[in-house]
Amino acid sequence: MQIEESIKGWGQLSSDEIADTPVRPLNRSSFAMRIILLILSVLTIYALSTIDYNSVDIKKAVSDTLSNFKTMFLQPYSHRFSLPDAFYGVVVTMGLAFLTTLFGGIIALFLGLLAAQNLGLKQVANIIKVFVAFIRAVPTILWVLIFAVSAGLGSAAAVIGMTFHSVSYLTKAYSESFEDLDRSVIEALMASGANWWQIVFQAVIPSSVTYLLSWTFLRFEINFANAVAMGAAAGAAGIGFDLFMASGFYFDLREVGLITYFILAFAMALESLSTNMKGRLRKRI
Amino acid sequence: MQADIFIKRRNGGLLFFASLAILTAGSMIITEYDVLKGFTSIAGALIWGFSNFYPDAGSMQKLGDIMLKLRETVLMSIASTTVAAVFAILLALAGSRTTRMNNLFSVAARGIASVFRNIPLVAWAMVLMLAFSQSPLTGYLALFFGSLGFLARAFMETIDEVSNNSVEALQATGAGYFHIIFQAVLPSSMPQMISWLLYMIETNIRDATLVGILTGTGIGFSFELYYKSLNYHAASLVVILIVITVIVIESISNKIRRVIL
Repeated sequence: MQIEESIKGWGQLSSDEIADTPVRPLNRSSFAMRIILLILSVLTIYALSTIDYNSVDIKKAVSDTLSNFKTMFLQPYSHRFSLPDAFYGVVVTMGLAFLTTLFGGIIALFLGLLAAQNLGLKQVANIIKVFVAFIRAVPTILWVLIFAVSAGLGSAAAVIGMTFHSVSYLTKAYSESFEDLDRSVIEALMASGANWWQIVFQAVIPSSVTYLLSWTFLRFEINFANAVAMGAAAGAAGIGFDLFMASGFYFDLREVGLITYFILAFAMALESLSTNMKGRLRKRI
Repeated sequence: MQADIFIKRRNGGLLFFASLAILTAGSMIITEYDVLKGFTSIAGALIWGFSNFYPDAGSMQKLGDIMLKLRETVLMSIASTTVAAVFAILLALAGSRTTRMNNLFSVAARGIASVFRNIPLVAWAMVLMLAFSQSPLTGYLALFFGSLGFLARAFMETIDEVSNNSVEALQATGAGYFHIIFQAVLPSSMPQMISWLLYMIETNIRDATLVGILTGTGIGFSFELYYKSLNYHAASLVVILIVITVIVIESISNKIRRVIL
């Protein structure tokens, strides 16, 4: 506090002396950070104080929820379906996640090449970036529900809707990794007479392949979580639908617990697999 | 020798694409995904969208209601993210390699973060709904639990990345634990943490729609209501407003990132 005040006084004495010191940009950013934190806390306090608390008995709800969690996590059991059924459900969800990641990845690879500033026309790149930002701003579930109108609720709508979101996410990630490529590599290849395809396949993709793969793995994890959600909210097949039925229809907390454990196990396995893969890819470079 | 390398590379490539093809075929069979239906549905959805899915004069009367719900959802997302961030900092400090007090705490904190991150949002929402019913608190708490795990992991990685050297330097001068945290760790990782916080707010506004559809709260409920009652004009208005909100918040946070990073 004292130091700030003394700097302030010093600045009043000679304002151009302080202008050249490296303190200034730091101050600007720390000032901005303080403002942001202040705004966020004010909004949070405002939000929490204006919630409609009357519609629910908080004490009872909290204790109910705690006991629900206890039943859910300590007594997982199901009489409606067996462990193989649950396993099959998770595999179906995995399948949905895999299909959407694959379709999304293939389409995003081409869009990403077009959207990279250093590879194509600037105008085309900007148009694609705006288009993709628009697609990304619509929540996945809304895409799925919009496609469900013409395809019907089910895996077709879920796959197409989730693919839309994956395409936009991966296009952004891919094009940014392409843009990190050293400009001189492309220029060298252009000078040697290589055409666009040769530049892309001999220089751009090989040099950014680790980033592409790690972004794709990350998206696969996200898509797994999304596929669970789509099963619950849009009637796509898989474990998410079972989860929705167990909690929203049968109110069977122990079954919810069992399904949650299954999803948790698969998600954690996926996470450690992808960290492992990323580590190995990084080592190979 | 050179030919060997090319054959090896080609075989590796073939193996990669063959396993991808097998996995794809397997996934299509198991999920009963119909390729033809999938692709024709895109065209169908486009035609349907242009003829039905746009706001008209009637839906504009609903604008006030929708804006109210949207405001509630945005506030909820911000509040849940901010509160989750406070807890996530504590978890991250306990779990990070540079700032942990002892091994046991670190493993426990990492375990908690991992469990919270991997339990699907749907499960949180559905279980909370049983006790909290259609109150806004349901959405708030579901988003809170979902953000907590993600932010804890992101913060842990940030602390590990940023503050190794300065922590060592301060330790050498004999500074205490809290001095190190408040003078070195938090200031140096703050910009990155705020950047994650802003990202999480964007994500939570999108996720709030999903939670809203499942639990009947916020903007998701408005969409569900109009969608199920086949009032597609009003539903499209909801979508457009969500898109505008997300894009505005995204560009604000991009501006902020440029200043602080």
